[in-house]
Amino acid sequence: MRVSLIIFVTFSFLTLGLLGCGGDIERNADVLVWHWMTDREDAFQELADRYNKETGIKVSFELYAPSDAYTQKVRASAQTTTLPDIYGLLAEKRDFAAFVKAGHIADLTGYMKDKNGRWESVFFKKALEVNLFLPDNQWGVEPGIYGVPIDVTNIQMLYNKTLFKKAGLDPEDPPDNWEEFLEAIRALNEAGIPGLVSGWGEIWMIDCFASNYAMNIMGKDKVIATIRGEVPYTDPDWIRLFGLFKEMADEEVLAPGVVTMVNKTAEQTFANGRAAFAFNGSWCVNVYKGMNPNLDYAAILPPRASAKNPMIIWGGAGGSFLVNENSKKKEMAVNFLKWLTAKPQQVFLAEETSNLPSNKHSLVNIPPILRQFADDMDKTTHPDVLPVNEYSQVIEFFNKGIQSIIIGEETPEDIAKKVQEIKERRLAWTKRREKMRREAR
Amino acid sequence: MSRGVIGNNGMRVKDVLQNYVFLLPALILFATFYIYPVYKVFELSLFEYDGISPHKYFVGMGNFADVMCNKIWWTSMWNAAYITILALVFQNALALVLALIVDKDLKGGKFYRVVFYLPPVLSGIVIGLIWNWIYDGNYGLLNHWLSTLGLGNLARSWLADPKTAITCVAIIHMWRGFGWGFIILLAGLQNIPRELYEAARMDGASGLDIFRRVTVPLMIPVFILVAVLTVLGTMQIYDLIVSTTGGGPGYHTEVPITRILAAMIGSSRFGYACALGLVFGVVLLVASMSQLRLSRHLKQT
Repeated sequence: MRVSLIIFVTFSFLTLGLLGCGGDIERNADVLVWHWMTDREDAFQELADRYNKETGIKVSFELYAPSDAYTQKVRASAQTTTLPDIYGLLAEKRDFAAFVKAGHIADLTGYMKDKNGRWESVFFKKALEVNLFLPDNQWGVEPGIYGVPIDVTNIQMLYNKTLFKKAGLDPEDPPDNWEEFLEAIRALNEAGIPGLVSGWGEIWMIDCFASNYAMNIMGKDKVIATIRGEVPYTDPDWIRLFGLFKEMADEEVLAPGVVTMVNKTAEQTFANGRAAFAFNGSWCVNVYKGMNPNLDYAAILPPRASAKNPMIIWGGAGGSFLVNENSKKKEMAVNFLKWLTAKPQQVFLAEETSNLPSNKHSLVNIPPILRQFADDMDKTTHPDVLPVNEYSQVIEFFNKGIQSIIIGEETPEDIAKKVQEIKERRLAWTKRREKMRREAR
Repeated sequence: MSRGVIGNNGMRVKDVLQNYVFLLPALILFATFYIYPVYKVFELSLFEYDGISPHKYFVGMGNFADVMCNKIWWTSMWNAAYITILALVFQNALALVLALIVDKDLKGGKFYRVVFYLPPVLSGIVIGLIWNWIYDGNYGLLNHWLSTLGLGNLARSWLADPKTAITCVAIIHMWRGFGWGFIILLAGLQNIPRELYEAARMDGASGLDIFRRVTVPLMIPVFILVAVLTVLGTMQIYDLIVSTTGGGPGYHTEVPITRILAAMIGSSRFGYACALGLVFGVVLLVASMSQLRLSRHLKQT
């Protein structure tokens, strides 16, 4: 009896204590921010302290990781309208649009355009694009700017200069086109050095690579026409794109196991000199610095497979913050984001995290390799800035299909045919659902 | 029968009502946390819904029709079933052998109990990372051992090869899971009265006879329990897949849970994901019921 009483009292105190702790964070914060960026957590905390000293306003950053768990938390909170004042969204444009239409995201156009667009003008144009909804967009969202980019990113090809020298290649003359790339790989393989490594177990990384070469082989307009359903995936240009992956498999360009490799492993492989090339984003500068500070490497645009179109690389805003439309502290939240994206804070973030700042005036004191990424920001595009989005099922099958080509299970022609079949099925499904929706209305 | 009394055992209406009142809290909890969510999942499965928009569109059984035609979904079911079959046979056989050894008053038995129980308490993500290191095609331990043994021609990227990926994941799963079975089977073995063994031995039964005629019949309920838990646990495999192959290469290691999450988070098709979840639930229910029926049959025979 006595033991039970002790257990009961202890349990009650613990429960009350925990509940009390949980409540404190939200009660004491003037502005609450949710994010998933583990690498930026310390820098955010430091900035929150500085903002508190400058303005007396307390901003609380709450980190939820990994990103999958964060995504689920944000969705659940949206359904129960318990989103914080500021949050990030890890989702495709379609979901972004759904959040806007459901009234969870504030339209920031007025703030951005205020005083002759003073706030808008500080950002890289590409950084704002992913947060922008243009007139007549396919989701029916009111045109405007709905998010604040806090950094930018793009994905490029990196090569290890030391391994180049070992293979008798000139590290100052990296390959510029596909043929030169394959020649370099042959030389590297002869020297026993694996070629390219990337986290292609995460299919979005394959998608970035394929998207770069799709833009290069057939141009942006044809890519958009394909998404609209006007050009089939069985078009010779798409087969040529799939063929690049077969060539890479045949020529042993890829490091073993790349199709199930997560990007963290790929980063370790490149940082430890176990592959000569890596396909990775600008965030890698910080990662490689941590893994191997002596790594001698450089960034280049992926070698062109066609001279017809420029190489447009995947990139744009890295992380963006959104303001909760239903927040009672909307003005306070916007003011904090204005401060966060001002030059001193952006310089601090860039220095602390080695990410490219979204404020174009903040490119000071950044490592030379990061500057290479910054210089190519104008060559970027992103699926979310295209006027139309591909079906996620098509994207998934497209990228999984590429994995199947790499492991020699399917041919480029087979995958092209299967992707097109899925596309047609989705188009028919959309028509059917549209009809149902009209009838429901 | 006098007023206020019901049934042959003479229970009063008041008593019966009182009994139901005692059941009420449990019933409310069960209805709130089990029946209502299942009902909501079923309701959502009849709609096209992205999980965010205020609007849902009724599509009737359309999502279920899509599930039935989805080859990738059924491939993922087969992948999970394949791992389950391997686990049922090899994982449980290993667990039984180890339980039998430890049951023989082995010196350091407690130590083995702890050691065998370690893998199940480790996080699936951690286990995935450890085994990634073993299976790695570049600098993996397995390839290194094979080369040392002169079997370098067998070396490969184990998790990236479609011929080996699913079996490699199954091996990790079995390594992780045999500890559960071991503990339950050991508990079952230790519940068998020792006198039965002594009596059998006095009757001249050999070790194998004792196992077949004494241990196995008395362990059948435990075997069934372990089998049901293995089926339910393995069919719902998820974290190991995420931390090792991500469902690849291609769709070779996709399992039902990864497909449900792909529909829900990847494609924002909540209604369809709910339909997948229900179909999966029905399959698990049928599998469990079949096993329980089989258990009853075995007990009778």
